[in-house]
Amino acid sequence: MEYFQFLIILILSPLIQGIIRKLKANMQGRIGPGIFQPYYDLIRLLKKDMVISNVTSWVFKATPYIVFASTAAASMIVPVITTKSPFDVMGDVIALIYIFALGRFFMALSGLDAGTAFGGEGSSREMTVAILVEPMMMLSIFTAAISVGSTNIARIAGSGLLFSPSHILALSAFMIAIIAETGRIPVDNPDTHLELTMIHEGMLLEYSGKYLALMEWAHYMKQMLLFTIAVDIFFPIGVANNAGILALTSSFGIYILKMLFFAVLMALIESTRAKMRFFQLPSLLGGAFVLALLSLLTYIIMRK
Amino acid sequence: MNTETYLLMGLLFFLSGAVVSMLPLPKVKNYSYILSTLGSLSFAVLSLYMLFITPVDLFSLPLSFIFKFNFSGDAISGFFVLTISILAFAVSVYSIGYTRDLDNKGLMGFLFNIFILSMYAVVLSGNIITFLISWETMSIVSYFLVTFDRDEKSAKAGLIYAVMTHIGTAFLIVLFMILYRYTGDMGFSGIKGLSSRIPEHMKDLVFIFSIIGFGTKAGIIPFHTWLPKAHPAAPSNISSLMSGVMIKTGIYGFVRISMDIMGQGPEWWGIAIIVIGAISSILGVMYALMEHDLKRLLAYHSVENIGIILLGIGASMVFRSNGMFALSSLALIAGLYHTLNHATFKGLLFLGAGSVMHATHTKNMEDMGGLIKSMPYTGLFFLIGSVSICALPPFNGFVSEWLTYQSLLLGFKSTSITAKIISPLGGAALALTGALAAACFVKAFGISFLGMPRSHHAENVKESSLSMIIGMGILALLCLLFGIFPGIVLTIIQPVSFMLTGSHGMAYKGIFIGISETLSTLSPAAILITMIVMSISTLIFILTVGGKRKIIYGDSWDCGIPALTSRMQYTATAFTKPIRMIFKRIYLPKRELKVSYLVKPFFVKSIEYRGGITPFFEKYIYDPVTDFIHSLAEKVKILQSGSLHLYLAYILITLILLLLFGT
Repeated sequence: MEYFQFLIILILSPLIQGIIRKLKANMQGRIGPGIFQPYYDLIRLLKKDMVISNVTSWVFKATPYIVFASTAAASMIVPVITTKSPFDVMGDVIALIYIFALGRFFMALSGLDAGTAFGGEGSSREMTVAILVEPMMMLSIFTAAISVGSTNIARIAGSGLLFSPSHILALSAFMIAIIAETGRIPVDNPDTHLELTMIHEGMLLEYSGKYLALMEWAHYMKQMLLFTIAVDIFFPIGVANNAGILALTSSFGIYILKMLFFAVLMALIESTRAKMRFFQLPSLLGGAFVLALLSLLTYIIMRK
Repeated sequence: MNTETYLLMGLLFFLSGAVVSMLPLPKVKNYSYILSTLGSLSFAVLSLYMLFITPVDLFSLPLSFIFKFNFSGDAISGFFVLTISILAFAVSVYSIGYTRDLDNKGLMGFLFNIFILSMYAVVLSGNIITFLISWETMSIVSYFLVTFDRDEKSAKAGLIYAVMTHIGTAFLIVLFMILYRYTGDMGFSGIKGLSSRIPEHMKDLVFIFSIIGFGTKAGIIPFHTWLPKAHPAAPSNISSLMSGVMIKTGIYGFVRISMDIMGQGPEWWGIAIIVIGAISSILGVMYALMEHDLKRLLAYHSVENIGIILLGIGASMVFRSNGMFALSSLALIAGLYHTLNHATFKGLLFLGAGSVMHATHTKNMEDMGGLIKSMPYTGLFFLIGSVSICALPPFNGFVSEWLTYQSLLLGFKSTSITAKIISPLGGAALALTGALAAACFVKAFGISFLGMPRSHHAENVKESSLSMIIGMGILALLCLLFGIFPGIVLTIIQPVSFMLTGSHGMAYKGIFIGISETLSTLSPAAILITMIVMSISTLIFILTVGGKRKIIYGDSWDCGIPALTSRMQYTATAFTKPIRMIFKRIYLPKRELKVSYLVKPFFVKSIEYRGGITPFFEKYIYDPVTDFIHSLAEKVKILQSGSLHLYLAYILITLILLLLFGT
């Protein structure tokens, strides 16, 4: 049964995006599109012709597949509704972060491939944000891994609730990492198409049709995956540890509730915060890095 | 056939390669590199003997009663011989095409063969004298290769290299004198047996001198300054060997002295190595990011990767002093795995840079662009090298960095609080390094190979010759194989880690690596297969849902203003600007703005902008020292007036002083 968990992420990730958009619209006093809009968008994009720049090389065409396949591969490592991971021989949390990094590497390359300033700008900013986010994310995961004694994400998820001051610090750092990784306010604005402020969208500027659909879908999946990793590491409550129908159903229900919680949180943060100036980001992300560092140090010192 | 046969064959191949190259027959010269490929193959076979069968005494030649030449090999030497052989083989193939239209081709072939041979000699030396002679031969031959182009820049780089490497050697000589003083033995195995006679504080001194002496060769910060000057100055096949394996002889020497001969040290040794590794890796990659000279960028990455190797070795030393031998073995495997990986991907990247320079006649990536279309194979191989060095799955760099993460993370199991805190911080440093390296190679590959040609250098470029492509292809294939079949590499490394720690350290079966202590597994092959399956099923899915649609080719988005030019692309300088601003405390960026006006302040005629970073170590550490030496030399000059009478007076004074105090 656990082998099909990744399908949940594959199928439901556009829905989460739709819910976040709807909630955001409602909070901002708009009606907004329906929660299934991302599905319609994806299907419409898949049916469109593509316009590709003359300047691009095969890297540009390979990138959507690499990005989508790497995100899908990452989703096979993460346990969703059971404490078993679908395919955890493939790797652990560290591998997970590096699989995401593979997708980002190629996305940034394709930003430079069309030879425009906007793509390059997006790539440069994305890699800069990654420099600030990746160590912080790694450190907050280290805290959880050290307290469980394993980097295997299914083990961490199966170890029950972790609750101590150091885990609260690690969780807060991880939340900031999620916001940065999913390209949300205050780090990046997912709704903008103004060239000068884009980070993630800047790299996708030259994509259209099927390729754009793949890139967007991969982005939705990555967002849901990051939420799932957060609940696996920090709130593994109500997750089924057997494959009974009842256990799985309740686990699925609890999982959906957790995802909705994240959706509300994201919508709330996006509606109440303003986007930060790019060069103010180091103070936010650097602060989060210090939180992650403190979490690790307090854990080591308090366990002594 | 026994080991001596392979040694003699290898020796013969390389020496005849060197001689053939000096012959005044143009046709025969090309065989020089074919002979060196054969030589490296013989040494590869020899290394397998050393790794899997038994330590071997290869060759002894008594010079006097005390000194004798002695070459012998155990598992540690075997591993390094194999690493050298792998890279030497690929670079030899590459050199056939690369040196075709080189001036002074004969000298190149000669030095090339002797250089490889001297590296083998270093890692196979069995006693102090042999080691120092081989070490110096290697340094001097590489000096000639650095200054091979005979222009002012390479002469200067060569001078800095020669000075730095001899300062390192001076420390090594003192180190060996201490070892000899307390043990009375010249042979490494003899010293190892008697190492308990060395008092503790002398062991600490030996450790510090080995960091300085071998660290200078390996290029750890702050002894790295020669590296980004000397490596780019040499021809690219030589830079590849220097960065790929020559700096690894520093790692070999360090492991030999501080881990093998001296045995188990106090915990602060390992912690010091972790700290040095973390600093070298972060600063190395940070300086690399600011380089726009493709080869200097790669040279700084060598500093970074030596740092990563030291993270693994340092963790191994910490575990060993805590008596945790299984973990020590794991961490050592991580360090050595990265040593082998760095040889393959850095060798590959330097060869790629060589092909690019050969075709475009420039090192500056701001003048390149769009090369992936004109040089498809070089582009593909350089991309593979970039992905490997950024430690992205499923390539080899990922496996060794993953092992390094695991060992640093397991540092929390050690008993002392310092090790518990330092080693996860080493992991954070590694994460930062990884992210910076990814940014750096997006820049290096993206600016040089993608987009539009940025200058006339990058237009009408031709792909490299077949042998160059094959040379790079071998290394690119190895980058993938060492990634997806970690079992093969572990089989090679485990004899070394078993020899040094007495433990095999980890479980592995074929394409999976498993670490029992953290219950985690890794299989890059599974990641690769999953990605391939996913890509194919995605392709099928989008074809069934969307159907087959047209692809229209057009111009890039230009905001409605027609005719984008290559000057409007993002440049390497612009790409790294945010990083330069965020880390300005480290880079200390300088900017000069000159504005000239027609009518001040309304009509600007021209703006001239210069930007750069302050080379911290050169400016604040090395320059003051050289200035001091210069001023001292100026003062000493007063004594040398050129007057014969004065010199006679000196002799008289010396004589009187000797007569007074000499008795």
